[in-house]
Amino acid sequence: MNSINQSGWKPEMGNAGDTAPATYTGNKALMLEEALIFEIGTAGTTGVDLADAPQVAARLGNLERHRDIGLPGLSEPETVRHYTRLSRQNYAIDLGFFPLGSCTMKHNPRLNEKVARMAGFADVHPLQPVETVQGALAVIHELAHWLITLTGMKAVAMSPKAGAHGELCGILAIRAALTARGDARSVILCPESAHGTNPATAAFAGYAVENIPATSEGRVDLAALKARLGPDIAGVMITNPNTCGLFERDMREISDAVHAAGGYVYCDGANFNAIVGRVRPGDLGVDAMHINLHKTFSTPHGGGGPGSGPVVLSEALAPYAPLPFVTQDNDQYRLVEEETANACHPDSFGRMVAFHGQMGMFTRALSYIMSHGADGLRQVAEDAVLNANYILRSLQDVLEAPFAHSGPCMHEALFSDNGMAEGFSTLDIAKGLIDEGYHPMTVYFPLVVHGAMLVEPTETESKATLDQFIGALRNVAGRAKAGDPSLKSAPHHAPRRRLDETQAARKPVLVWREPEQAVAAE
Amino acid sequence: MTRYFTEDHEWIDVDGDSATVGITHYAQSQLGDIVFAEVPAAGATLNKGGDAAVVESVKAASDVYAPVSGTVLEGNDALEGDPALVNSDPEGEGWFFKLTLSDSSELDSLMDAAAYQAFVDGL
Repeated sequence: MNSINQSGWKPEMGNAGDTAPATYTGNKALMLEEALIFEIGTAGTTGVDLADAPQVAARLGNLERHRDIGLPGLSEPETVRHYTRLSRQNYAIDLGFFPLGSCTMKHNPRLNEKVARMAGFADVHPLQPVETVQGALAVIHELAHWLITLTGMKAVAMSPKAGAHGELCGILAIRAALTARGDARSVILCPESAHGTNPATAAFAGYAVENIPATSEGRVDLAALKARLGPDIAGVMITNPNTCGLFERDMREISDAVHAAGGYVYCDGANFNAIVGRVRPGDLGVDAMHINLHKTFSTPHGGGGPGSGPVVLSEALAPYAPLPFVTQDNDQYRLVEEETANACHPDSFGRMVAFHGQMGMFTRALSYIMSHGADGLRQVAEDAVLNANYILRSLQDVLEAPFAHSGPCMHEALFSDNGMAEGFSTLDIAKGLIDEGYHPMTVYFPLVVHGAMLVEPTETESKATLDQFIGALRNVAGRAKAGDPSLKSAPHHAPRRRLDETQAARKPVLVWREPEQAVAAE
Repeated sequence: MTRYFTEDHEWIDVDGDSATVGITHYAQSQLGDIVFAEVPAAGATLNKGGDAAVVESVKAASDVYAPVSGTVLEGNDALEGDPALVNSDPEGEGWFFKLTLSDSSELDSLMDAAAYQAFVDGL
């Protein structure tokens, strides 16, 4: 009978249904446990063969180091394995659907990466003579042109490094404009539905922040806003579309009222991906708006960054834009910096960064814009909105959607945790989704909705992906409504179970210490 | 000693012209596990409705407002090392600060226990 199954290979289920025994190593099959690099390194091991440093007389006085700095010693393969193992424990947009609302975790096209890696862009240095980086400056100039065109604004400051940095740029421009007309105003208004960074930015720039309530529809309360306007209001900061996933329909009227009262309108453009190619913020009376290139224009973010937050400015604020910026004279691009600004841009409020901004993101964003074209960008917004509405309408029978009655949503769908079994909340649903293999949606934000779940599918996901996620969320929500006790202890299948967030906040361990020191410090 | 309540979920025990202030049981139950509390220093001047202290839970930071105007006599230093006192005994050991009232007529606008209970029931 030996010839029937010569190899002896015979699939068996064995005891697959039983609880797995603990392993000697702590590893779970090919998912490897990984210690901190400080715990695996050994003194004296190194991946490079360096000559011994010469003995020199230190001239550091009492600043001289008295003991070893404790860098972990690893060979090259140990180092490579350490970081590769850690990367396998990460969740990323390249691994799966990432519905984190308000963050726009969409695909980063590989064409962008190819362009960014071209030697003429990747290998230049910001201190090179401008004659040798004309191509890079042309990219900045061309991208600036398209950002101005898409937003219907007068100018753009390219240097801010991310969204909140862009907000600061816009608010500093507003402050410069007010200072220039001798009008010291002290208050910035922020609606409840604004991004949390908005009030933080205003406070950082020295303004008092006052809240404007939201209506039951989830939009800015126009009457309350108008009632508060006056000679002390420097401006308003409005996120549009807002964090409830809704378009602020009254934006034009808000802008007119703020302008009539002598203030300026800052628009948080983080959600521009929902309206790009469809709406020009300049037409809505916006004075300043940042654009997250890492969201709308598909450059990487979320650990893979860096972010990039150019700020478009209205005619009223353009004279105060920060330095430096790129101009074109005939066929030559040049940088306007402090030494040359007096002639053409004397009122700039100053400089925000050392160089020109995130060059690597500029090449990627321009690649995205050029490869999509006007019709492609319009379809980006349309598909983002279509996908979010598909999620909203597919789940509103199992999850309460507090603003679903006020019409279609924009690029993200918002649910609350009303209707769950006693003791079950959004946190349990999020942990259950981890077991299902999803990074959870944004939870408990925006604050105006109890147990908020904010789902942003983005335009890059297929209907099949959305259907599977809807099925998973429907299943987990059903367990939360039924009070399934196993959901309270989820996640069950993740490398770590539910973490003690209270303990982590009360007694955070922020620095690794050698075990004996840790004991001594107790 | 008389206890009053505010719509911002603070309680205030008044004894003559001095008083003790904390947050209510309802407030701590809504905030969840408290991980940090910052109390005002002795001698600080507080205005009714102004920021007096800060309380942070895992997810949210909230201001504690002064229910009435006055001068701080003492902050509850025990909260620094053990903010969980606000959860375990919000209307006792988990008090935030004591103050000397500057205008006792401000108490007239506050609620008594029955009125506060009705207020919470209506939320």
